[in-house]
Amino acid sequence: MAPASYKLAWRIARRELRGGLSGFRVFMLCLALGVAAITAVGWTSAAIVDGLAADARRLLGGDMEMRLVHREAKEDEQAYLAANSRQLSNTIRLRAMASARDNAARTLVELKAVDEVYPLIGEMALQPEMDRDAMFKTTDGLPGAVVDPYLLEKLGIQTGGVISIGKATFQVNAVIETEPDRVTSVINYGPRVMVAKEDLAATGLVQPGSLIRYYYRVLFEPGTDPTAWRDALSAAFPDAGWRVRAANEAAPGVRRFIERLTLFMSFVGYTVLLVGGVGITRAVNAYLESKSRTIATLKCMGAEAGLIVKVYLMQVLALALLAIVLGLVTGIVLPAVSLYAIMDLLPVRPIFGLHAGALGTAAAFGLLTAVTAALWPLGRAREVPARDLFRAQAAPLSVTPRRVYFLWIGIGLVLLTGLVFLTATDKWFALWFVVGAIATVGLLKLAGSLLIRFSRRLHPSNAILRLVVANVHRPGAATSGVILSLGLGLAVLVAVVQIEGNITRQIDERLPKEAPAYFFIDIQPNQVAEFDRIVTGIDGTSDLRREPVVRGRIVEINGKPVSEVKIASESQWAVRGDRALTSTAEMKPETDIVAGEWWPADYAGPPLISLDDGLAKGFGVWVGDTLTLNILGRRITAEIASLREIDWQSLRFDFAVVLSPGVLEGAPHTHIAAVRASEAAEASLEKAITDAFDNISAIHVREALAAARNLMEGISIAIRAVAGLTVVAGAIVLAGALAAGQQRRRFDAVVFKVLGATRKRIALTFVLEYGALGAITAICAFGVGTLAAWAVSEFLMHMDWTWLPAEAVATLVMALLATIALGLAGSWRILGLRTAPFLRND
Amino acid sequence: MNESGMSEPLISLENAELTLPSDAGPVEILRGIDLKVAGGETLGIVGPSGSGKTSLLMIIAGLERATRGNVAMLGTSYGGLSEDALAKLRGENIGIVFQDFHLIPNMTALENVALPLELAGLADPFDRAGTALDEVGLSHRHTHYPGQLSGGEQQRVALARALGPGPKLILADEPTGNLDGETGEKIMDLMFGIHQRNGTTLILVTHEERLAQHCQRRVVMADGLITSDVTQPMAAD
Repeated sequence: MAPASYKLAWRIARRELRGGLSGFRVFMLCLALGVAAITAVGWTSAAIVDGLAADARRLLGGDMEMRLVHREAKEDEQAYLAANSRQLSNTIRLRAMASARDNAARTLVELKAVDEVYPLIGEMALQPEMDRDAMFKTTDGLPGAVVDPYLLEKLGIQTGGVISIGKATFQVNAVIETEPDRVTSVINYGPRVMVAKEDLAATGLVQPGSLIRYYYRVLFEPGTDPTAWRDALSAAFPDAGWRVRAANEAAPGVRRFIERLTLFMSFVGYTVLLVGGVGITRAVNAYLESKSRTIATLKCMGAEAGLIVKVYLMQVLALALLAIVLGLVTGIVLPAVSLYAIMDLLPVRPIFGLHAGALGTAAAFGLLTAVTAALWPLGRAREVPARDLFRAQAAPLSVTPRRVYFLWIGIGLVLLTGLVFLTATDKWFALWFVVGAIATVGLLKLAGSLLIRFSRRLHPSNAILRLVVANVHRPGAATSGVILSLGLGLAVLVAVVQIEGNITRQIDERLPKEAPAYFFIDIQPNQVAEFDRIVTGIDGTSDLRREPVVRGRIVEINGKPVSEVKIASESQWAVRGDRALTSTAEMKPETDIVAGEWWPADYAGPPLISLDDGLAKGFGVWVGDTLTLNILGRRITAEIASLREIDWQSLRFDFAVVLSPGVLEGAPHTHIAAVRASEAAEASLEKAITDAFDNISAIHVREALAAARNLMEGISIAIRAVAGLTVVAGAIVLAGALAAGQQRRRFDAVVFKVLGATRKRIALTFVLEYGALGAITAICAFGVGTLAAWAVSEFLMHMDWTWLPAEAVATLVMALLATIALGLAGSWRILGLRTAPFLRND
Repeated sequence: MNESGMSEPLISLENAELTLPSDAGPVEILRGIDLKVAGGETLGIVGPSGSGKTSLLMIIAGLERATRGNVAMLGTSYGGLSEDALAKLRGENIGIVFQDFHLIPNMTALENVALPLELAGLADPFDRAGTALDEVGLSHRHTHYPGQLSGGEQQRVALARALGPGPKLILADEPTGNLDGETGEKIMDLMFGIHQRNGTTLILVTHEERLAQHCQRRVVMADGLITSDVTQPMAAD
């Protein structure tokens, strides 16, 4: 068609829109809600990730970072780094126990020893304010330390107080307000204590095999190419075994965590839009039905069908754009206000920008959904016969659109699916979502049509029941749409409630039962006997497990360097750096061997490995394959003898890589121990061990779990808020469907009144109808939601699944009562209508 | 039966039938209509409810397709035309006036009248629409919306809309059916006045015998058939 026809279509569309937005309220609400949900998730994620990027150099503490575990960089390595940079800084980190000199309080701390040029980027902020020299200044013979304010609280001391770490004693000179290179991690092992590097040796904690990390950060000369610098470094020291990180790789843990959370929340957002899509189709259909006279008039006056489609498509597009803008603004403002409120708790300073990528994605989703959902009613409107003008009542839009509309709808759906895949960081997750969404929509559609078919066959003798049944299956009934939209919303809610319930149970019930009370790390070989004696001598302790541990890296898989092997993303962690390894003769009783065999207790042959089954899958290896490990510079190639299934979430004491006996003999190693203890025995256990050994650190599992639970609660609120939106969208669709049916209900109510029915009886028919529809929807939602929760828990979160029907049913009942009340509130007015004016007009 | 001796009739129907499906089986609405209407004629169709008057009008307008037989305008058979071609044909040649007016509520009187002119791609649609409204005596109502007009005024707008593009044929379905007697009279005067001035062909479906008397030809329908087609000696006043 000529451009003139677009101009004409737009002119007519504009005149049509003068009628106001009342016919488009549901359309706009559904769309705005979906876009707002997707925007909120994407924008928040972008604000944090961009915040990470902007602060990357500060968070990394330089332009490039080299990390070594167990050993300091050798002289030639340090000389190289110094020669090839503008500045080099060295910090050392380890976990240690700190205790107050003047009372018995003690706690695990993250100890950091820094050199005189630290920090290379950013500034330390301290209270009281002071410079580097004053931070660690010796007072009364005690070297200075600066600490996290939480440490003072925990130990019950003030600035100026004295703490012991290992064999050394420090005076707290100041509290840390900002540590430029500190990234808040999900689980903190303890508050920070920072000391001067030269004061670390006095603690006596630097022992062979202790878990000590040495960081070397460099500032580049201007114009340095980071990739070339890195390549040169690995060419110069191919076997240094250090983990090298550039600024753009700072805080990978935070980045991964945000990505996972964004992924999950995005899909909840897409579901809001999916529910909204159903509402959009219904709303556009209802609007075009109300316009069928106008369409017929236009046709009578010579308007071609294509022009009709253009006129109404333009209206849909104009209002969709308005709704999208509304959604985008809401989707920025709400999370921005929330982020601002909790900024101090965030690992990074979020960037409150526009984040065009996130906005573009949300807008694209909104526009595609609006157009795809509107195509079906538009295709029907195209076929409105002009002859209807000669009839008293226009028929509802019930024709099937032309084939080309099926094609366009198909293209719309493919583009939407493509967008889901394009924007998802985890394609498998995306596939799961798309397949799940299609299956859910199909199932709910099927339930709707089965209900309609079934109700057609019912012929109750009671007049009220007859009307209820007829309302379910009569032409133009909202049954199918309500079951689909409300069902989708409720299914998401049921799924979220059960997933959340499972996570909470994991933390609250299962872990305390199975997890040990304490992990003790850095036990030196010569302390083992004494350690065992103290632990077993305390009443209320049990299940002492102690294993030798060395740190080593997996460097080759079947003789191929790991960098050349395709490793699944969920197994990447195992080759990222040094991991804890152990060597054991006897198999633990709870070990679950899934392939191969455990070695004999007196095995003395070539090195063998018992590997975590999950890692084996990720590496693509099986029994008989080999792994090559680099343990403190020594390369050991071992054959995989068996695969074990390990339930990591139980926090049970286990190792992904266990070596056959003798392999680690001679290697400098420490021991790690796990002990169960009654709550009463916990304090005395920690005190007894840390009093006796100032180098051994105690990790209190319950405290770590409490931190995890706090974090989970925060995430839960966010997830529930987004999931709640799906139900809101479902309720809007329901309200829209009910409003569209009001005209017919009004007519029914009037006729019933004329025939002598009381208001109570009419109200009863409404209650029964909504109740029946709600009950069927709830049953479907319960099934679909439970299935989704099981799949997510089992396959995505690898969590033991517990069916939580009570929680799900309670949620369903509450959500349903709310929606039925909403429906009734709309219908209540009808019951009060006087019949006479209605009959005179009709 | 009337046999007008015309060379090229404006409208011709040959054995036109219309059968519509229904739950109770096919319903024969029109059962073989033969009708020729010459340019400039006025034709009144009368008959009881359900006799097929409106269906005949729809077939002439190309809004309904004849199940059998042939319908043509100026020799162009509707059978070979697509829906869009029929819409174009209507836009260029036919103006329709309805009992219920069918003005578009969100458009002013002027915009309603201009609409078919815009659809036909004519130049200056609003100037022409203004003139058409002036002709029906609504020069003071250009910017009013249908809801702000009386029934008679609405029908005058509808008339102006039908006449705006200068159609060869006006089809009117009970044009006075929703109006009181006096207003209906005024509308009829307007319609016949325009016919006299412009020579537009007028086909009128009505229940009112008196209205049919205004027409040159009076066609009576019953049970889907034309039972009488009489050329009246002179149009009564």
